[in-house]
Amino acid sequence: MEEYAGQQVSTVEAGDEQSESSGSIATYTAGLGFALLLTGASFLVSQTNLLWAPGVPAGLAVLAIAQMGVHLVFFLHIGTGSDNTNNVLALGFGVLIVTLIVAGSLWIMANLDTNMLPASAIMEMQR
Amino acid sequence: MARGGEGPAPVRIVVAYGFWIFLLSDIIMFSALFATYAVLSGQTDGGPSAHKLFELRHVGIETLCLLFSSYTCGLGILAVGRGHMRGFYLCFALTFVLGATFLGLELSEFVGMVAHGAGPSRSAFLSAFFSLVGLHGAHVTAGLTWLTFMVAQTAVRGPRDFVRRRLLCFSLFWHALDIIWVALLTLVYLMGAR
Repeated sequence: MEEYAGQQVSTVEAGDEQSESSGSIATYTAGLGFALLLTGASFLVSQTNLLWAPGVPAGLAVLAIAQMGVHLVFFLHIGTGSDNTNNVLALGFGVLIVTLIVAGSLWIMANLDTNMLPASAIMEMQR
Repeated sequence: MARGGEGPAPVRIVVAYGFWIFLLSDIIMFSALFATYAVLSGQTDGGPSAHKLFELRHVGIETLCLLFSSYTCGLGILAVGRGHMRGFYLCFALTFVLGATFLGLELSEFVGMVAHGAGPSRSAFLSAFFSLVGLHGAHVTAGLTWLTFMVAQTAVRGPRDFVRRRLLCFSLFWHALDIIWVALLTLVYLMGAR
């Protein structure tokens, strides 16, 4: 209990900021609306035959990234406020690592896939 | 924390920053499984492919459950910030019900797949599918347990500052699960079912 006693004082002053930085009902509702719209669009794009088929995965990826942005801004409140600088920097670093892992794995595995002998040819060589 | 002469940042900001770092590390762990799935999604070993297995209507309902549970979770945090305790309990009860519905739908999908001979041991594609989607499901389960504890703690201790900070961390966790679901829905279900 003691450990909270000191914090009680410092967070009481911060109480006023609480409502402004954790958004409002309007923010959440706008976020929900955008998210629903983008989800609906994703389902539509994936099901329709009207679009040029090879372009559909790219379209889906763009819609997904847009929706993640909506979630970050409207639900997680990652914005441009001065208290948010560190959060945005950490997010940028996270995005870098995720890109390296996903793109790097796909690149290396595709490369191996093209350059490796098929299993049947390996069996042939062992004979 | 970029505050100049204003003194140290409030505890709430520091706690949220630390928890945000944890969430990013969690997302990086997920990215490894996403990469695995992307590499293995074509390796069906003669078994059922993504196109045959996934029902988009089912997945659409799951998506709506998660999205609305994220919304009610956010409203619950607003309610507790303003001292509306009945609104808070109502919102968090809704969050729990929606999260549990999502989990039930996912489990019924898994059980149906295993019953039709499409369990995780069938092919590399299905192993990757069950690890990726299953890990997200495990996170949702952990989130529901945490939610239950937090509601109990709020009821016993009242909406004090440390309880509100924990509630804020829970809401960040719950929203982050929704972000992971967006990636999962797009890569696994929407691209797979085409």
